[in-house]
Amino acid sequence: MSNTIKEREPLFSAKNIKLLKNPINLDNPISVQVLGICSALAVTVQLKPAIVMALSVTIVTAFSNLIISSVRNTIPSRIRIIVQLVVVATLVIIVDQVLKAYMYDVSKKLSVFVGLIITNCILMGRLEAFAMAQKPWPSFLDGIGNGLGYGVILITVGFLRELFGSGKLYGYSVIPEAAFKAGYVNNGMMILPPMALILIGVIIWLQRSKNRELIDKS
Amino acid sequence: MDSLFNLFVRSIFIDNMIFAYFLGMCSYLAVSKTVKTSVGLGIAVTFVLLMTAPLNWLIDTYVLKPGALVWLSPSLGELDLSYLSFLIFIGVIAAMVQLVEMFVEKFSPPLYNALGIFLPLIAVNCAILGVALFVQEREYHSVGEVLAYASGSGIGWFLAITAIAAIREKIRYSHIPAPLRGLGITFILTGLMAIAFMSFMGIKI
Repeated sequence: MSNTIKEREPLFSAKNIKLLKNPINLDNPISVQVLGICSALAVTVQLKPAIVMALSVTIVTAFSNLIISSVRNTIPSRIRIIVQLVVVATLVIIVDQVLKAYMYDVSKKLSVFVGLIITNCILMGRLEAFAMAQKPWPSFLDGIGNGLGYGVILITVGFLRELFGSGKLYGYSVIPEAAFKAGYVNNGMMILPPMALILIGVIIWLQRSKNRELIDKS
Repeated sequence: MDSLFNLFVRSIFIDNMIFAYFLGMCSYLAVSKTVKTSVGLGIAVTFVLLMTAPLNWLIDTYVLKPGALVWLSPSLGELDLSYLSFLIFIGVIAAMVQLVEMFVEKFSPPLYNALGIFLPLIAVNCAILGVALFVQEREYHSVGEVLAYASGSGIGWFLAITAIAAIREKIRYSHIPAPLRGLGITFILTGLMAIAFMSFMGIKI
């Protein structure tokens, strides 16, 4: 077992901070690594489900990374996918039951997408690429970082779609009544699925114009 | 029969896995560089869906649902195993994908090589688990309905990935702003295709 090995470096060394910060922008799971897009789009009609989803994914990613990383030396490589899926599915069941118990309305809104965290590519991607080869603590941080990177995109898209689509934020109206009287209309297009895709496309565009090294070569 | 056909057509065009629910986006974005591989992956996904969806439905109806185990003994009527469904569904899917992988490796090595890493990744393709979970949530009543829904979703996914691959082959020669190249333009194209597919909304056969 590897988690008995003493960590020499401080818990929040520069390297570990980088693990936490990189996925938020330069190595973002959605816009750079192209992982976990499925659920990113469907739950962003409003801000609240987007935040809940981001939190759930962060928790599941962090803990599955931690668990898999602590048992990584005992997993036979041929059946590792199944082992990973079992760990992830168990964590997702816990999250799902907690959501059902304490936030029933949000859980109804997220419908199948909580279950789909299991097949969220971020999880498998990070488990395969990081947790299988690293110690538990960096893996845990990597999980949190990637969850946050996922959350940043989710919350941005959720914010824009709820603000322009229904004139609300987190369920409260923010556009003054006077604006509607003056002829302002909510953009119904924002609520429909296609806009989520286009918004993410635009976010990627902006991000890549800022960070030139991310541009596709082909 | 009428409604089965309706369900089939609906799940291809209106409730399209990619354009309406964004399921299976990861492989959709990653494999859609050439038409040939996308056709192969599309067929593989449809096939796996046709295998797993009815199987998962049977397990759900006869084992997991609240009171589903009554056929075993009336005293089990209270039992509700539905919290296990994620675990069971993903297990069935992973096993099924392993079978398909062995099958493809044996009978079509070129396709096996072309699909590469993406064949095992079908197991974590959200579209497959998504269909299983939608079937559970919408409470379909017969194997026929489940089959119609699964085949429709598979074909819808197949259509979407083939279409985007064809478009991406074409746009290789166009002048796209550099930061938008690759991923960005694919997202925007998918959005435009989704808008086009929305025109099917309201069709009833």
